[in-house]
Amino acid sequence: MSFSPRILTAALGLSAALWAFSAQAADITGAGATFPYPIYAKWAEMYKAKTGVGLNYQSIGSGGGIKQIKAKTVDFGASDKPLTPEELAKDNLFQFPMVVGGVVPTVNVEGIKPGQLKLTGVLLADIYLGKIKKWNDGAIAALNPGVALPAKDIVPVSRSDGSGTTFIFTNYLSKVSPEWKGAVGNDASVKWPTGISMKGNEGVASSVKQTPNSIGYIEYAYVIQNKMTYVAMKNKDGGFVEPNDKSFGAAAAGADWVHAPGFYEILTDEPGKDSWPITGATFILMQKVQDKPETGKQVLEFFDWAYHSGAKSALELDYIPLPESVAKLVEGEWKSNIKDAAGKPVF
Amino acid sequence: MDSQGSAAPMPVKRPPLRERSQGAVVDTLFARTTQFFAFLVFVLLLAIMASLVIGSWPSIRKFGFAFVYTTDWDPVAGVFGAAVPIYGTLVSSLIAMVIAIPVSFGIALFLTELAPVWLKRPLGTAIELLAAIPSIIYGMWGLFEFTPLFGKYVQPFLIDNLGDIPVLGALFQGPPMGIGMLTAGVILAIMVIPFITAVMRDVFELVPVVLRESAYGLGSTTWEVVWKVVLPYTRAGVVGGVMLGLGRALGETMAVTFVIGNAHRVATSLLAPGASIASSLANEFTEADDPIYTASLIELGLILFLITTIVLACAKYMLLRLGRLEGTKS
Repeated sequence: MSFSPRILTAALGLSAALWAFSAQAADITGAGATFPYPIYAKWAEMYKAKTGVGLNYQSIGSGGGIKQIKAKTVDFGASDKPLTPEELAKDNLFQFPMVVGGVVPTVNVEGIKPGQLKLTGVLLADIYLGKIKKWNDGAIAALNPGVALPAKDIVPVSRSDGSGTTFIFTNYLSKVSPEWKGAVGNDASVKWPTGISMKGNEGVASSVKQTPNSIGYIEYAYVIQNKMTYVAMKNKDGGFVEPNDKSFGAAAAGADWVHAPGFYEILTDEPGKDSWPITGATFILMQKVQDKPETGKQVLEFFDWAYHSGAKSALELDYIPLPESVAKLVEGEWKSNIKDAAGKPVF
Repeated sequence: MDSQGSAAPMPVKRPPLRERSQGAVVDTLFARTTQFFAFLVFVLLLAIMASLVIGSWPSIRKFGFAFVYTTDWDPVAGVFGAAVPIYGTLVSSLIAMVIAIPVSFGIALFLTELAPVWLKRPLGTAIELLAAIPSIIYGMWGLFEFTPLFGKYVQPFLIDNLGDIPVLGALFQGPPMGIGMLTAGVILAIMVIPFITAVMRDVFELVPVVLRESAYGLGSTTWEVVWKVVLPYTRAGVVGGVMLGLGRALGETMAVTFVIGNAHRVATSLLAPGASIASSLANEFTEADDPIYTASLIELGLILFLITTIVLACAKYMLLRLGRLEGTKS
């Protein structure tokens, strides 16, 4: 009896001591958006093999990434939703785009093949507003002569979790439909007027696949992997385009990055006859004044490498690398914006 | 007893002083350590409560009590009301309880009274294994396997057969999408059945054989034995088991998030998508960058905390009252 308490006491003491230990990694750290996580992880792996510098990226969501970089607990934050120049100024942050991706409406309607159904932004907004209720609605039929559309209720599927995908999608709807802008608006999560919401791209994808007569919006990579029935969208120049590397790239090239303060540029509804209208970049956030200039330099070197050597692996994972001209522009801005405490450029 | 007490005390051989004092020190240290951890739980509880209140303060100040009964949940406009998730949490748990309590009772009854001995152990183990499945598995199974079948067969059946009945019919309206409040309730029921069953079976087995045998000896049927002897004897344990299940149902997150439909809209139909407090938190916390949004989500957490506390308090009160009634009877 006097033996076991002693052991227990010792064990408790020991576990408390162990608790106090924690390993500190010297790698660069980042946190934020989930959408670019696969490519950041791939780049990190390749970069570590090449330089020995590791990247610890936590895909906790854009909101979390913004909070963490503001609190300086990470070396960089990542967000699918760009901060406005005012927000950047308030927290003394610098922002630049990293890769581009596309959001794609997909449907599950019997007999309709990928790319066969054509929609416009306004129609998409009306479907998600609940104004267009049936697939054989006159407005959809007029756009799709010769396509057999069922007289069934449309089930719109949206994202339940706050996400950059939703931000890009609602940004597009707000640009093309004043009614959407007034009634719902643009954010990472919004008040959906109708339909069901599922968690994550995979949740929306599986829900659309399972639910007859449904429509959802999904990150391009998931559309390809799940072989889903995507929709052809009408872009700003009036052409109908299908979602692919080329149409996303066209949207990214058409953007006017030079005249976008703080690189605040959302690539939805971009001009150009080949542009996919629901495209968006994902962004990196860094403190303008680097407390640890050495780490800041390492971070920028990593992104410099990613811009110039990471394009191929980005394409393999269905992301669109930024055009070389944009990368050059961004790197020029690094010099004048990201500095150490003494005002010396870090990169 | 008395004669023994007055007998001369046996000479006690005391241990040497040094060893004794060391033992006393270790004993005291051990007692203090356990005491510390016991109190730590209490302090943690208070600290969680406090941090929830502090975290949700901006939202409490901005929306006041209206937060609890307004239904608007609009992250774009920054206006938040918790009525929909509160309603969703309570209704999905209620559905779960309505299904789970009778089923669990039946299973426990079968296991303790009716099952042949060779079947008791494997069946009981199977039930306990069900309790060990992580909730995400239930969620995925619910989304990929259960909802398609539910939407194809069960929901149309409910709509066709119950949809036209006045009042009750309002609960079964709308297109059969598979997911929704009812689906969440059913999945929750499946999840809590093992918990309630395990507790019920354990307490049923605690009933003294004498009681049971006497009842059978008086000519009672199995049902009478269970209903009039076993159940009254184990009431406290059964209520405890039900509350354990209810506690799990109220706070269940992942499984519900997968199948409830996650719509912040008011709907009377149980087939319509809804939202629960836990699912809203799981969905929206990561991307909530607006301070008032975060505060509102934390306030949701606070409300869930309060609901669970109230449920537990009610359970304790019920047990107390039952105990008192028993006291007056005997």
